[in-house]
Amino acid sequence: MNPFTNHTGLVVPLDRANVDTDQIIPKQFLKRIERTGFGKFLFFDWRYLADGKANADFILNQPRYRGASILVAGKNFGCGSSREHAPWALAEYGIRAVIAPSFADIFANNCFKNGMLPVTLPGSTVGEIMQRTQENEGYKLTLDLNNQTIVDEIGLSINFQVSAFQRYCLLEGLDDIGLTLRHEDSIKAYEATRKN
Amino acid sequence: MTLFEKLWQAHIVREAQNEPTLLYIDLHLIHEVTSPQAFDGLREAGRRVRRPDLTFGTADHNVPTTDRSLPIADAIAAKQIETLRNNCAEFGIQLFDINSPEQGIVHVIGPELGLTQPGMTIVCGDSHTSTHGAFGALAFGIGTSEVEHVLATQCLPQNKARTMKVQTSGRLPEGVTAKDLALAIIGKIGTDGATGYVIEYAGDAVRGLTMEGRMTLCNMSIEAGARAGMVAADETTFAYMQGRRFAPKGEAWDAALKYWKTLRSDDDAVFDKVVEIDASSLEPFVTWGTNPGMVVPVSSCVPDPSDAKTLADRQAAERALEYMALSPRTNIQDIAIDRAFIGSCTNARIEDLRAAARVVKGYHINSSVSALVVPGSYDVKKEAEREGLDRIFSEAGFEWREPGCSMCLGMNPDILEPGERCASTSNRNFEGRQGRGGRTHLVSPMMAAAAAIKGHFTDVRNWEFK
Repeated sequence: MNPFTNHTGLVVPLDRANVDTDQIIPKQFLKRIERTGFGKFLFFDWRYLADGKANADFILNQPRYRGASILVAGKNFGCGSSREHAPWALAEYGIRAVIAPSFADIFANNCFKNGMLPVTLPGSTVGEIMQRTQENEGYKLTLDLNNQTIVDEIGLSINFQVSAFQRYCLLEGLDDIGLTLRHEDSIKAYEATRKN
Repeated sequence: MTLFEKLWQAHIVREAQNEPTLLYIDLHLIHEVTSPQAFDGLREAGRRVRRPDLTFGTADHNVPTTDRSLPIADAIAAKQIETLRNNCAEFGIQLFDINSPEQGIVHVIGPELGLTQPGMTIVCGDSHTSTHGAFGALAFGIGTSEVEHVLATQCLPQNKARTMKVQTSGRLPEGVTAKDLALAIIGKIGTDGATGYVIEYAGDAVRGLTMEGRMTLCNMSIEAGARAGMVAADETTFAYMQGRRFAPKGEAWDAALKYWKTLRSDDDAVFDKVVEIDASSLEPFVTWGTNPGMVVPVSSCVPDPSDAKTLADRQAAERALEYMALSPRTNIQDIAIDRAFIGSCTNARIEDLRAAARVVKGYHINSSVSALVVPGSYDVKKEAEREGLDRIFSEAGFEWREPGCSMCLGMNPDILEPGERCASTSNRNFEGRQGRGGRTHLVSPMMAAAAAIKGHFTDVRNWEFK
């Protein structure tokens, strides 16, 4: 897994609550057997019109947000299906972190497994970041996972919290299967207590 | 202790400070869509499947529901199914393949085969794994990286969820089903009302549900954001399980039963949150918007966004109504439909089909509606055909299909056309879920059947059964 240590990037505001994984990557693109090839289908139904042309109204298509790598969104981001294709699509598009007031559990887990940082902040703080993004073209944030801070270039400085273990795994880019396999003795001991 | 805490305790492989707990997984179900990348990961790292004997596969998400003797027209879908077949063969995993008599939706066949048992930890790369909690199991959906983790280690690092009790009182009235109870709960607490929690459903209304009803209820837990949903096992559970193919037999059954009977929340157990609901006051429910929390009783009307409590809620409601092409304050029963779908891991079990067939019997679907019945498994299909339900549906103008997820998520050719409005027994009414531009209203099987016949939503409590 790619580590996540710190990242400075252009911010794009997606001012909607309950963005579900069907929107992030619609089902017709889930048939691939690879982990790659999903980025171009990210937010497909919102990003493209029925005739296949780019939807100029959709925020990701606006020129000022081209190249954005930090997505700011409303509460309950990533709800719905467990499809890991959602963070795969976001990552391939270039998103490294998502900031929201809350995340669906499975989606947040899937992010951590893919070197992507989900940052949970109070709704008022998310609102403040959205406003700054809209008011300042080229608005950037710097996320520092080690110190758990977010700063911008115009005076914003806030702290966020990620569990110690998830932070450690992200910072080191750890393969957590390898970590579990280190506890082979514990697994064997547990299995010995079970009949099946 | 709560039931959840008992199951958690019984599956701890390792605990350490500042680390998630390593939990043992008793049953791992896999399907074609979320497993191929996990097997690739195993191969790249040179790892094996630790417990192929605790792992079972089926193809359900993208399978066609039309004639299975024909080759699959979609080459990419065919390759995904072929990949599952090859992976299961390579790693020694039992597969209920597309033409096997046990094939079906993963959350329908697990219980049907007796694989799903009280007290187990059960995972699958699918959010509706919460279904299996109906048996007093701890069952939850995982992503593909976690599928790989379980394949390689039979364990998962997990942070302990908080506990929520949904305490029901009274009995569900005639014509009001487990689906309506689930929609009522989601309507009450919201689609993120249970995020971070495991729900235990308790009380008279839940005890009165059949296993099929309990599965419907637990299935929808994820739509409230819950990690899992569960119902403590009781005589209803044991009666359902006895004699099933993978259920314990003889002395093993007696021993299992003794253990299973201990799997209930203690009387003095403390939950982090309690939600109370009076089941006897509920009506059939119909969703009007683009998430399952946007739901109202059938006797009411589409809400007016200007009544919303917050600006964000108002904007979400306005956007939903625009997508759904509905006006505020429209009577629910004035909403006309184009399609009806009876199926999915929520509502495609035999009891669901019986309930829908009871409504359909002696009627024909409205001339402006096309309708589909997709049994949850071949076992369900066979039983329905034995009871003659297929004929009731076919004579009424419903298409009678082969088992799979079908139009619940539209990964196969069963999709809505842009602008089509569907009464659906599935679990998600997200934008485009059943097909780009499609408009989904979630309802119970009886309500979907009645809507198909009338051509618009109607209160099934007033139905004239023939």
